[in-house]
Amino acid sequence: MVSAASRSSRGLLLTFSALVLLLAIVSLAIGPVRLSPLVVAQALFGGATEEQRIIVQEIRLPRAILGVAIGAILGLSGAALQGLLRNPLASPSLFGAPQSAAFGAVLVIALGLADVRSFVLPLAGISFAFASVFLLLAVAGRNASLLLLILAGLAISSLAGAMTALAMNLSPNPFAALEIAFWLLGSLEDRSFRHVVLALPFIVAGAVILLSRRHAFRVLSLGEEAAQSLGVNVGALRLAVIAGVALGVGGSVAVSGTIGFIGLIAPHLLRPLVGHDPTRLLLPSALAGAALLLAADIAVRIIPSTTDIKVGVLTSIIGVPFFLYLIVRERRTLGGGLS
Amino acid sequence: MSESFLVMQDVSVSRSGRGVLHDVSLALPRRSVVALVGPNGAGKTTLLKAIAGLLPFQGIVRVAEDDVSGLSIRERARKIAYLPQGHVVHWPLSVRDVVALGRYPHGANDPARLNDADQAAVSRAMALSDLDLLSDRNVNELSGGERSRVALARVIAVGAPVVLADEPTASLDPRYQIDAMRLLRRIADDGALVVVVSHELGLAARFADNVLVLADGRLVIQGTPHDALAESVLARTFRVSAFRTRHLGEDVVVPWAEV
Repeated sequence: MVSAASRSSRGLLLTFSALVLLLAIVSLAIGPVRLSPLVVAQALFGGATEEQRIIVQEIRLPRAILGVAIGAILGLSGAALQGLLRNPLASPSLFGAPQSAAFGAVLVIALGLADVRSFVLPLAGISFAFASVFLLLAVAGRNASLLLLILAGLAISSLAGAMTALAMNLSPNPFAALEIAFWLLGSLEDRSFRHVVLALPFIVAGAVILLSRRHAFRVLSLGEEAAQSLGVNVGALRLAVIAGVALGVGGSVAVSGTIGFIGLIAPHLLRPLVGHDPTRLLLPSALAGAALLLAADIAVRIIPSTTDIKVGVLTSIIGVPFFLYLIVRERRTLGGGLS
Repeated sequence: MSESFLVMQDVSVSRSGRGVLHDVSLALPRRSVVALVGPNGAGKTTLLKAIAGLLPFQGIVRVAEDDVSGLSIRERARKIAYLPQGHVVHWPLSVRDVVALGRYPHGANDPARLNDADQAAVSRAMALSDLDLLSDRNVNELSGGERSRVALARVIAVGAPVVLADEPTASLDPRYQIDAMRLLRRIADDGALVVVVSHELGLAARFADNVLVLADGRLVIQGTPHDALAESVLARTFRVSAFRTRHLGEDVVVPWAEV
């Protein structure tokens, strides 16, 4: 039996896929040189002028692919963390995962262990992201309250920020420090297929791990003990989510710097449409994340300014007030304090 | 007592170095309601969790001859259904979706696509729990009594031969308490072994075939409500006296005064 709910969710997935595709095409068309959709299509498939082909295929296509992949994995990670913790305020950036991944990557750069295009970078990002989420869940413990999770996340992201500052502080080359500082702001500009190759395998692996556990999130709505009694190995699920989020976020941060709040916002935008079922939220959240990041990356190219606005700055400027709004909405739960 | 279905041998549980349960041994038959009573902190919830495999223990738990620790987590989930205290549902899901989670141990991953057997089990559980009219309602909008019926239906939908319910009647009004116990009685009559933790001695006396009295992590007595809830037992474990009588052919026990 297929219910109306699953039919409408399929329609929603289609709508969002179409939206992502549309935004991707706009992303290929927008920039210093504006191209019509027709020219974009021609350039993609080998037509148009040499110059247009280079712009579309080598400059804008990697950027669009990274926008889709990174936005999707951030949305998916946010939805998965919210499902795991049964908490609408959970997200990778509030838990310090991107900040920790960035510290891992910065450490590698500052120590001169690798250049910015090496595979060491995502690996360092992934290990530090894993360590941070693991630490967070260990500190917060089972059935942690919202307050505890957010405080622990604040502590971890502050620590990662401080360590990143220290690494830059101690960096022997001031120019490298400046470069790192800009890279930390989060951007998809000037990325090549080399970056896509660097990040995509980890993002795909993270997504596969998170989606393979999707049904367990719904059972977890009943709490950890009831879920365990229904046959969910909760310990293994936690590890899988930590690993999936770390792979996705670590791989993303290694090529784009820190882009925050997509993981928090995407599931929230979807709840009024999809409902609160944490399993049904996963795929739409990934698509919404992709759409959000593509839109933000298009916006930074359209907003008139003398210097480029970094997309990570824009998502934070939109994300933080949104977070405040959510805090106000969840005030009752938060007011419960240590419950 | 007829043939034993659930057997515990010398089951002990320690938490952070402190013994919570000490060498509990018991044997319980199918088609019965067993009330597990005892003062706060006696280890009732711990005992249920040990049976459900939710915490590490020493000793042996067998269900239908199978050593529970040798079962896979899904196999165990199909044999033993567990209802924790509180009936929490963290997201506002529909009543039907929550009840359908009871079929997860049988491989029903998606409540929107149940096979015929799962669909039948869910429909039956909802009908037994009188939830048909609430099917599409959001669980977080329901009253406490309705939520407890949803929780019970979720447990019934598992179709497990052993059902463990931790204080299913807590914070319910008298009518819902009786409804909940009748429902548990009904699934016991259909063949399940139902172990129910309760502080309501009156409900235990009325609806249970057997009563287990637990105090300080030890099994004090196991027997019929008449024997296990005797004056001397209540005085020793609960430090209360009780008013007792029979009404319409059933035992009535009302805790009365401190002793």
